[in-house]
Amino acid sequence: MASVSVPTDRRGGLLRRPSATSGFWSWFTTVDHKKIGILYGITAFAFFLIGGGEALLIRVQLARPDQDFLNAAVYNEMFTMHGITMVFLVVMPLSAAFFNYFLPLMIGARDVAFPRLNAFSYWAFLFGGLFVYSSWFLGGAPNGGWFGYAPNSVVDPTRGMTFYAIGLLITGIASTVSAFNLAVTVINMRAPGMTLFRMPVFVWMGLVVQLLLAFSLPVITIGLVELLFDRQFGTRFFDPASGGDPVLWQHLFWLFGHPEVYILILPAMGIVSEILPVFARKPLFGYQFVVFSGIAIGFIGFGVWAHHMFAVGLGPAANTAFAVSTMIIAIPTGVKIFNWLGTLWKGDIRFATPMLFSIGFIAMFIIGGLSGVTHAVVPSDYQQTDTYYIVAHFHYVLFGGAIFGLFAGTYYWWPKVFGRLLNERAGKVHFWLMLIGFNMTFGPMHVLGLQGMPRRIQSYPDSLGLTFWNTVASIGAFIIAVSILVFLVAAIASFRKPKEMEADPWDARTLEWATSSPPPEFNFEEIPVVHSIDDLWHQKYAETEGGRVVPVAAGGSGEAAAASHDGDAPGHGIHLPGPSYYPLVASLGLPLIGYGLIFGVGFAVVGVVVLLAGFFGWILEPSAE
Amino acid sequence: MADTDVAHGAAPESTPGGHGRHPGPKEYIRIAIILAVITAAEVAIYYIEGAQEFLVPLLFLFSFIKFTLVVMWFMHLKFDNRLYARFFLMGLAGAITLFLIVLLLFQVF
Amino acid sequence: MASVGRAADAHLVDHPATSTGLPNTKLAIWLFLASDCLLFGALISTYVLYRGASIEGPFPADVFDIPYTSVSSFVLLASSLTMVLALAAIQRGDVGRLRVWLLATALLGLTFIGGQVYEFTTFVEEGLTLRTNVFGTSFYVLTGFHGTHVGVGILMLLTLLGLSFGGRITQERSESVELVGLYWHFVDIVWIVIFTVVYLIPTGNPPVAPGG
Repeated sequence: MASVSVPTDRRGGLLRRPSATSGFWSWFTTVDHKKIGILYGITAFAFFLIGGGEALLIRVQLARPDQDFLNAAVYNEMFTMHGITMVFLVVMPLSAAFFNYFLPLMIGARDVAFPRLNAFSYWAFLFGGLFVYSSWFLGGAPNGGWFGYAPNSVVDPTRGMTFYAIGLLITGIASTVSAFNLAVTVINMRAPGMTLFRMPVFVWMGLVVQLLLAFSLPVITIGLVELLFDRQFGTRFFDPASGGDPVLWQHLFWLFGHPEVYILILPAMGIVSEILPVFARKPLFGYQFVVFSGIAIGFIGFGVWAHHMFAVGLGPAANTAFAVSTMIIAIPTGVKIFNWLGTLWKGDIRFATPMLFSIGFIAMFIIGGLSGVTHAVVPSDYQQTDTYYIVAHFHYVLFGGAIFGLFAGTYYWWPKVFGRLLNERAGKVHFWLMLIGFNMTFGPMHVLGLQGMPRRIQSYPDSLGLTFWNTVASIGAFIIAVSILVFLVAAIASFRKPKEMEADPWDARTLEWATSSPPPEFNFEEIPVVHSIDDLWHQKYAETEGGRVVPVAAGGSGEAAAASHDGDAPGHGIHLPGPSYYPLVASLGLPLIGYGLIFGVGFAVVGVVVLLAGFFGWILEPSAE
Repeated sequence: MADTDVAHGAAPESTPGGHGRHPGPKEYIRIAIILAVITAAEVAIYYIEGAQEFLVPLLFLFSFIKFTLVVMWFMHLKFDNRLYARFFLMGLAGAITLFLIVLLLFQVF
Repeated sequence: MASVGRAADAHLVDHPATSTGLPNTKLAIWLFLASDCLLFGALISTYVLYRGASIEGPFPADVFDIPYTSVSSFVLLASSLTMVLALAAIQRGDVGRLRVWLLATALLGLTFIGGQVYEFTTFVEEGLTLRTNVFGTSFYVLTGFHGTHVGVGILMLLTLLGLSFGGRITQERSESVELVGLYWHFVDIVWIVIFTVVYLIPTGNPPVAPGG
């Protein structure tokens, strides 16, 4: 039994370094990737409920014609906040939750490369999200759409878009440093024998996503800075009267915004790539193709951004070029889908909840992908753009795709993280209600869009003939809400069960299932030595000459443990980095600086002091060597 | 952690190149002098009437040389593991490509 | 940072077994510098986009003083030299020389910033502010971002200087100097690009030779 020691010496810091790794307060100082993953997950889920509430309010407003349940100004805030919340405060951090928790486990590491930086990322994300939401109480929420097009976003007299710019800068910092952290972790901290092409697909997608983040976030950072400066300091970036060009904003936004949608979907694709083999009891079909497709999607994803700008007037040459690149990106996407289908084909399928959500993901994503392909055709996009047809498309890929995939991962990994299973029957009710509700809500929007219903309108007259499908969509939204309630109840109920879960309840394939549920703080007693893809599976099973899968005799897995290159002599302690206050302290400086930009230099000064205090405390604090 | 490369310390006049070698202070000073000379040349051609036609390509060439010298020698990429260079090139090439396309779309050229 | 599965002794020259054999921090810094290329790419292309787009002056040729700014360039290039000499010093164990060169680098950096502050003050007096026109806007924000990067770099250099007095930087533990050095050189190469693209490449108004 390995003993864990945590350094507690006082040398070189102002505060004694905290030592508790359990208990309520330990959550504020933790640098453990698993705890941080849980923090991300809970926070993201809370924002999901809020963002969902915003959606319900929108759907109430649009259920019938000519309503004034939400007036126009509030309506603008509502759809803007719904978009910002779901993209930046739900899907991204939910993905981060899974990456944080599982990347180190899946590669056989004990933590990420920079644990304190990891904690800093979480707190910065939380404070950024709270900062944006504080706008509701401090002069009005952002109201210019999640895409904040200039010049509207510049000239709007309420404070909302300033909160937008600063809030997203803060969350952007969180994601950027996290990207460096996780990328280095995957590249550099794999267990012995785990070559890149023995990594689980989820880990590969993680790596691609971190690189997408690292290279796309700086661009929107500058866009947001330019927007902020135009608003707060009267600069001329997007001012046509001075020679500025609002289209510059669009380029800067979508240069980030398009890679962003792959950032949103690749994690879910990775999750599904893990779940299908486990519940079909077959290895992933075409592992290498799936990996290379993910890389290709990431790379090509930087070359399609102007397909969001077909109607701006870039000209036929530009539009054609981007139309072609957009169609090309459908190819690797299709490759993945065929490989998932190939995994299911002739598999010994268990229709447990994770599998249901994974299959739902594939089906819904195909629909969303098909409507996406129609957008790539420029003339048809001229009709579709700015209508509900687009709303249908991105909800099919982001909700039907990303959210379904993330729920699949939730059901799959819940026993690993919390030591209990989520109730299977509740899971099935959740799945079917959500599938039905989701299709009821967004399916009709294809029709509404083609009938000409524009986006972002607060109401519509009855004479346009849009009423029926809008009402259907609104009912569907409430069915989705009920399904989420089912999940919530199931989640809470699961904690009533005792925490007694085996290491590998699903008979799975990857390394996180080789350690207890939940894992000990140091993840693995001994760092595993990896001999193949799906190493855990091959420790458990071998194939007979007839191709039958048979369990390996007990003790066969002893080979791996004995051959461990781990330097631990028996009884030698595992050093983990100790908890720390400073990531939390440093990240607190960011919203303070943000408030300073809006309300007065005093806050900013305090913010800078706090930030510097946090950083210097961090540098001087002894880390576990 | 310091690179455990061989040949720490002040390596004298020996030629650059070779994996794991550190240039020494003398070599660094030489590079710095070259950088200074090129900068002086940049400023000079800015004023020379005859050079105006080739001004822009020449300026790009000069700055490219300076950029490369600093990255390869001062930042040690010439002697380090290729992985660092690959990452840096990803960002650099990405930035140049994407923003050239953006400027093209604005018909700046 | 976590040592992978091995109890590491703080005194050892320890290279934790990483998959590539390279240290995490150096890998991270290069990734950061790669992403910073996109940051400056966006700023520089904003400037290039708006070259010649200002409707009212002052325009670049009205305010730029090339000889003055070229001195700034020399200063920053020199600081890269002192930085790399600082690293060379600590890599052969010379903490004294490390401190000298670190201080020199910081001072040269401060000189650069001082030069920029003076330059900007002059421009403002000549009527070019952040909000005067798109030239002022894009120029000040680009050079301001660069200057901020320099400022953060100076802070890091002075921090290294302080740490060296606490005995925390040694021949075996000189990585932090190398990492700060990489950042510093990056800031220098960004300036190389800015000096060429912003100051030297003409915008139509013919340059005025000094004294003529």
